[in-house]
Amino acid sequence: MTKPVVETADLTKRYSRRTAVDAVGMRIREGEIYGFLGPNGAGKTTTLRMLLGLVRPSAGTARVLGAAPGDPGTLARVGMLVEGPAFYPYLSGRDNLRVFARYARAPASRIDEVLKTVDLSDRADDRAARYSLGMKQRLGVAAALLNDPELLVLDEPTNGLDPAGTADMRDLIRDLGAGGRTVLLSSHLLGDVQQVCDRVGVIARGRLVREGTVRELRGGGSLRVVAAESEDARAVAERLYGPDRVSAREGALHLAVDAAEAPRLSRELVRADVDLHAIGWHERSLEETFFEMTASADGAER
Amino acid sequence: MIESFTAEAVKLGKRPAVWTVVGAWVVLSLVFGYVFPYANAETGSGGTGSDGPDPTAGDLAGALPAELVPTAIGGYPMFAGALALIVGVLAVGGEYGWDTMKALLTMGPRRESVMAGKLAALVALLLPVVLLAFGADASASLLVAAFTDNPAQWPPADEVLTGVGAAWLMVSMWALAGAFLATLVRGTALAVGLGVVWALAVENLLRLFGSSLEAVEAVQSYLPGTTAGSLAASLGVEPGSTPGVTDAVDGGTAILVLVGYVVVFAGASILLVRRRDVA
Repeated sequence: MTKPVVETADLTKRYSRRTAVDAVGMRIREGEIYGFLGPNGAGKTTTLRMLLGLVRPSAGTARVLGAAPGDPGTLARVGMLVEGPAFYPYLSGRDNLRVFARYARAPASRIDEVLKTVDLSDRADDRAARYSLGMKQRLGVAAALLNDPELLVLDEPTNGLDPAGTADMRDLIRDLGAGGRTVLLSSHLLGDVQQVCDRVGVIARGRLVREGTVRELRGGGSLRVVAAESEDARAVAERLYGPDRVSAREGALHLAVDAAEAPRLSRELVRADVDLHAIGWHERSLEETFFEMTASADGAER
Repeated sequence: MIESFTAEAVKLGKRPAVWTVVGAWVVLSLVFGYVFPYANAETGSGGTGSDGPDPTAGDLAGALPAELVPTAIGGYPMFAGALALIVGVLAVGGEYGWDTMKALLTMGPRRESVMAGKLAALVALLLPVVLLAFGADASASLLVAAFTDNPAQWPPADEVLTGVGAAWLMVSMWALAGAFLATLVRGTALAVGLGVVWALAVENLLRLFGSSLEAVEAVQSYLPGTTAGSLAASLGVEPGSTPGVTDAVDGGTAILVLVGYVVVFAGASILLVRRRDVA
């Protein structure tokens, strides 16, 4: 089994009476792109801050690259972009990287390398204040790459980007994760996670509600049936497969059965005089799964 | 710490706001130390009869090279101090305003090293600034001497060096006070407000009203501005001649107290950054 790069147990952060992160147990394996998915205010950024040693946990433990969060030796092997890019607006992009490279003890030669990686070489000598939002995000990623990190932590890197910028950033993240580097990508955007990540942890109201591959989270598909007499159709389906395997949502019946059941079910529905409008295999999107999971977390909270 | 020091030196050295404040510092020093006294002497705005002593003569004497040290450091306890405080606030407060503090603290060096390097660079920057201001003052005094047909008689080198050292100590204390305030409030605006009000108003008010209460009087003698004013007075600045200059304590005590403030402000800033969460 691949060794964990990040591992937490019951990681908790409380601010007065509010619990921002509640007993999170996550495990990120070496070389994977891990999506940390959750709505705004779910506790993603607070969790990342704890992993980087910026914020001390109220309870629980975390190990990052085998050491406690914030350990200087570990931080030297981690790159991060948390809550948007941070830079000195009066300095050029290159001078910003020069400053950060000194703190990171990165060789000066890395500056040109990372500028090239994020495609900012042409504008490197412009003042950072004049950069577009997309360029600022790329400058932030460049700073995170200065020490050639084993673990790259990116918090909402596509925030505020236009569709082209978002696509470029996703390509960049995929490239960065391709060479065996571990990437922890926090996002509230399902597209980011679905298209880029190997595994996903879903956080809602401070709790990690699921962890798995995108495919695992989406679960198996279902047989989707749209019929004029939906109650009659439901009765037929429940008779054939049992009530536990039948559910109704968005004007359709969903049956947790194999796709090969479609011909048999069609015949039975016709025989029961049900007008069948559509029948077919339906795979749930991550979005549907996400809303179900976060809604159930909300329900549990209430 | 070396990495943090050199990085901070680059940041401060290239920051326009820092040089704007330094520019204001030099201009104020020249205007109040040389331009006004010279203009007074030229226009004779002292306005006495022809029989009495010329009241502008004292003003002009202060603007001549021989009086370089007292004239140059007269403004340090309060005005240059307040400007140094702003530089200190900018050096630390900007990191919170631009959210770069969290980036610095996750680059690898220990939090103490990041902060110690930053404060060391801040204090180091102030030495060339003090030398620049002394240089400008010396040039202005030379011009005044030339325009008024007075001899360009310079003070001894050790007196100048002592003056530069004292000025550096005063502004270092104020800059570190600014850095501490910015660390405490995690920002720039409130820290500048609190610091400048303290430097320019509160200590003066305490000096005015403190004499009525024995306990307050004892404490106010050792406050930052009062101590800096005492150091300036020990180097020849007439107490009361310039705002903030006082003879509340002797020169040796003033140096000890100022060094104490330097240690306390720097230590408290480092401790705050080390212990607090970075939100």
